[in-house]
Amino acid sequence: MHADPKGVLTGVHFLDGDHACCEGALAAGARFAAGYPITPSTEVVERFAARIPTVGGLFVQMEDELAASIAIQGAVWGGAKAFTVTSGPGFSLMMEHIGYAAMTETPCVFVDVQRGGPSTGLPTLPAQADMMQARWGSHGDYGMIALCPNSPQECFDLTIQAFNLSEQFRTPVMVMLDECVGHMTEKVVIPPAEQIEIYPRRHTAEPPDRYQPYAPAEDLVPAMAHAGEGYRFHVTGLTHDERGYPSMNVETQDRLVRRLQAKLRPLAEGLELFAASDLGDAEVAVVSYGITSRVAKRALQLARERGVRAGEFRIISAWPFPEDRLRALAGRVKALIVPELNLGQMVYEVERAAAGQARVRGVPHAGGGVHDPEQILAAILEAVR
Amino acid sequence: MRLTEIRIAGFGGQGVILAATIIGKAAAIFQGGYATMTQSFGPEARGGSSSAQVILSDEPILYPYVHRPDVLVVMSQEAFTRFAPELKPGGLLLVEQDLVRVTGLPTGLRVYGVPATRLAEELGRKMVLNVVLVGFFGAVTGLLDPDALRRAVADSVPAGFRELNLQAFEKGFAHGLSLLATMARNGETEVSPVALEEEG
Repeated sequence: MHADPKGVLTGVHFLDGDHACCEGALAAGARFAAGYPITPSTEVVERFAARIPTVGGLFVQMEDELAASIAIQGAVWGGAKAFTVTSGPGFSLMMEHIGYAAMTETPCVFVDVQRGGPSTGLPTLPAQADMMQARWGSHGDYGMIALCPNSPQECFDLTIQAFNLSEQFRTPVMVMLDECVGHMTEKVVIPPAEQIEIYPRRHTAEPPDRYQPYAPAEDLVPAMAHAGEGYRFHVTGLTHDERGYPSMNVETQDRLVRRLQAKLRPLAEGLELFAASDLGDAEVAVVSYGITSRVAKRALQLARERGVRAGEFRIISAWPFPEDRLRALAGRVKALIVPELNLGQMVYEVERAAAGQARVRGVPHAGGGVHDPEQILAAILEAVR
Repeated sequence: MRLTEIRIAGFGGQGVILAATIIGKAAAIFQGGYATMTQSFGPEARGGSSSAQVILSDEPILYPYVHRPDVLVVMSQEAFTRFAPELKPGGLLLVEQDLVRVTGLPTGLRVYGVPATRLAEELGRKMVLNVVLVGFFGAVTGLLDPDALRRAVADSVPAGFRELNLQAFEKGFAHGLSLLATMARNGETEVSPVALEEEG
């Protein structure tokens, strides 16, 4: 199905990443947002609050991030597409409800505009240090989807994709901006509504008396009920059976929790999002994501100018991790260089996927800025020496 | 256009960010090139100072920040003191000449002055000094098609102020052209009348 033209600001714009993210959410059909202001993410909901009265929908500034992250889930069960936006300290507060969304299979989107941490850290400066928190921040076992844009255009495109994936897999999806991408202004092309594909909510075709709220379809994803149309359903964070009722035993727990992970497998095995270039003859590959992928690309240009056979593997969907592709790549190159704006997070995933086939070297940066391309170049040159 | 780094800096309220937006928009939207604009956020941006950076290029821009600008536009003394040392050798320094006293510059820089606030006041609105400066920037740098800049001005301000801002642009643009003509007549290439006044 196509996007509702009411939410689509078709045209060529000069927007920052935060505003582009907001336009992506509106284009994707988000009609409810709840948030609590925090730099460097506030611009997303600021724009949403200004735009939503004419599009038709609601923004609520909640008392804190806990409230925002659960208000959106109420809106989703009421029939809306909804999202919330925050940065590190607020993201930490949202963790309990991210687990709730995973457990109750509530399709919703969380935008985290990453800044330096821990704690209050660097409110106005970039980092990529919430990557593991996005995957593992809530307790228990669950699958996770997280996307990493590297430009305002991608903030638009990937926010739409985040909503689509959340509906397709009935799971919370994280959009992992960073302060640099969020506050960077570039050209953003917003296509006409009929060129934007929207994944509609998976509503059940069963009549109310036969409907089981957590009976999975063939792809392991259950269908939702229409609120207010006579369907009985029960939403709980407790381990529940197909009827949605609490069921405290090993068998139900095993069936449910394995399914929460297994339903996302297609995203790791064929549908993963990535960008690769110059890998054909490469003896070293730089693996990066988000803003760092642009700096890495500059370093790769400098390496190629020096005659070094170096290529790019850019992770766009960080979770589920594109493990198979990186394992295959590790079998073809001598080394994988992993620059990131943290002291080592995704580099360990790359190391795990490489399984000893290639040397894996991180280029850590504590955040507050981006790498100097020369730092990444030095790591490339050292790897091929 | 080869990769060109621009920094615009001044007091908060002088319209630094809008000036950078207009230049970026002219390049990226009305001239078909690429532009990346970033702003300096953080404690150093408080206390009245404001700074924005724009990178222009014919090719996609990878590294997003400006460290050694080719062009520096300053609207306050503080901005001059802070950012002038960053200018690339051979770079262009554009100053609001009534607000900035140019001193202690290394040789080899080209300095151009404009009384942007006064020109804006002649239009009855001091607030359009930033667009006067954009016009001046367009004339003296020659980096962008003036029509692309005009369209970017018109596209970036509220409809009720469009005419005023376009007048401000033309005022700055004309001042820049006439300054260039004067300098050409006097055979000056390296140092503008502003800098000469300071030294003399």
